[in-house]
Amino acid sequence: SLSCNMSKALRIIVPVKRVIDYAVKVRVNPQKTDVDRNVKHSMNPFDEIAVEEAVRLRERTKSVQEIIAVSCGSSKSQETLRTALAMGADRAVHVEVADDAKLQPLAVAKLLKGIVEKEKPDLVILGKQAIDDDSNQTGQMVAGLLNWPQGTFASKIEVEEQKLKVTREVDGGLETISIKLPAIVTTDLRLNEPRYASLPNIMKAKKKPLEKITPESLGVDITPRLETLKVEEPPKRSGGRKVESVDDLIDKLKNEAKVL
Amino acid sequence: MYALRRAAVTSVVFKPTATIPALLLRGYASAADAKTLLLVEHKDGAVTSTTYNALTAATKLGGSVTALVAGPSAEKVAEEVAKYAGVEKVLVAKDDTFAHGLAERVAPLVAATQKKLGFTHLVAGHTAYGKNVMPRVAALLDVAQVSDIVSVESGDTFKRPIYAGNAIATVKSNDPVKVVTVRGTAFPAAEAASNNAGQEPAPEADKSGEGLSEFLGEELVKSDRPDLGSASRVIGGGRGMKNGENFKMLYDLAEKIGAAVGASRAAVDAGYVDNSLQIGQTGKIIAPELYIAVGISGAIQHLAGMKDSKTIVAINKDADAPIFQVADYGLVADLFQAIPELTEKISK
Repeated sequence: SLSCNMSKALRIIVPVKRVIDYAVKVRVNPQKTDVDRNVKHSMNPFDEIAVEEAVRLRERTKSVQEIIAVSCGSSKSQETLRTALAMGADRAVHVEVADDAKLQPLAVAKLLKGIVEKEKPDLVILGKQAIDDDSNQTGQMVAGLLNWPQGTFASKIEVEEQKLKVTREVDGGLETISIKLPAIVTTDLRLNEPRYASLPNIMKAKKKPLEKITPESLGVDITPRLETLKVEEPPKRSGGRKVESVDDLIDKLKNEAKVL
Repeated sequence: MYALRRAAVTSVVFKPTATIPALLLRGYASAADAKTLLLVEHKDGAVTSTTYNALTAATKLGGSVTALVAGPSAEKVAEEVAKYAGVEKVLVAKDDTFAHGLAERVAPLVAATQKKLGFTHLVAGHTAYGKNVMPRVAALLDVAQVSDIVSVESGDTFKRPIYAGNAIATVKSNDPVKVVTVRGTAFPAAEAASNNAGQEPAPEADKSGEGLSEFLGEELVKSDRPDLGSASRVIGGGRGMKNGENFKMLYDLAEKIGAAVGASRAAVDAGYVDNSLQIGQTGKIIAPELYIAVGISGAIQHLAGMKDSKTIVAINKDADAPIFQVADYGLVADLFQAIPELTEKISK
């Protein structure tokens, strides 16, 4: 899904987030302040797609100079960064914060802006949303802070001379836009199928550089702007009733549910 | 210029002095001091339906609602919006560079409008358009965004689903301006009334985003069926459909009951139907009166998109499929027999 025709070598930053694994059925904690986080975590699925796209860009075009994986979060985020390194990123930057639960998209966007200003990439590829907070904000916010163009919900990226052609998944179908580099792209599910890291690559990833920095070093205040007052279970559905036949189903829909 | 004068007036109404005529205070005298800007999404000269759900959410904030319409045909769209009850004023930004709603152009316009007119809330639908533009606006204003709200608890407190709808968070924004996107299915659509809100030109925005991005084209899925996002009846097909051709059975049934057709991610990934028909955490969120899941197992990601439907029917040959746990009526059957039978009998 990616082609390339350009002279300048690209530097790519890929932000990745450690989240509760997509297959885990999350539960609200007894205090109703958060969900139970003592469960399996992994890289946010949309971020895996972002890493994969950066690596494919390098494989196909040979014009990618460097891929830098970045994660903002507690010390455990380093596991996620090692995964990105095993998939093919060259080095990693970990912005360490005490409490993952208090880190919000605007703060992450500001941290990423600070890193962009230091590292001077041509392209930042993010997932379109994290499957924990479901915000779908960070990429757009970084683009706004930098006044860079954004290609959100991308299902295809083509690199042209100093430009990207991005096919976006929008309501009702697809839309294609052209954006000038440097640019922000956020990934949709259909962009690619992420690879599994091989054991040799996982071993190699342990030796790749991983720099640890703080929000203070970037001059960013990460104080939450949104306060979570309560976290609740959604209303339970009383499903589970079976009907015997198509006739029975039609009868129930007409006379009981009254929806036909 | 007129817009600027109005801004000067409205910025002082909460500190009334004897020099302001009482007439000017009318309409602002409610207890709530919310002053909301609704970003109007439109396509081909018509307002998209989720905008009217977002309007209902905006009116729940109390106070006034001003609509902002940007685009080459903004005046025509503004006329439509002006008829809706609750809309006090429509700001019109008619300019060719607002075509196709490119975020690099629209976001600075929304931000400039807030800065000049002092809105307390900026509201849009949580659609591909709203999701693209509003976080960029929030960043320009240095405020947080509250995404995909399902209820307005007060002027600063909202409920929103997290973890694919497996938990509902109540969040309070401590920012002076609240940027909010609205889950369309959680609010009834506002209805056209005999309102006739006045139109004014929107404030000028900086053009720093111009030329950063360019619209090249689009490929939209044409359908005679009702819109998936707002249909009152929906039939969803999953991997059990086996191929794209078999979806014709669902369209035949949909024809009989006036339903929209959607699909699970599995069916989309297998190429049976177009991506834009996907129902789920990363696709469309629907809440119709009737949802019929056909050959869909009921993965967490799919349930996130349809479990607020009023009545759920599941037709699946696997009696242990998780979809049956949320279905009001489950039929364990081979869909290739059950669907044609249902289509035939339902028409009687």
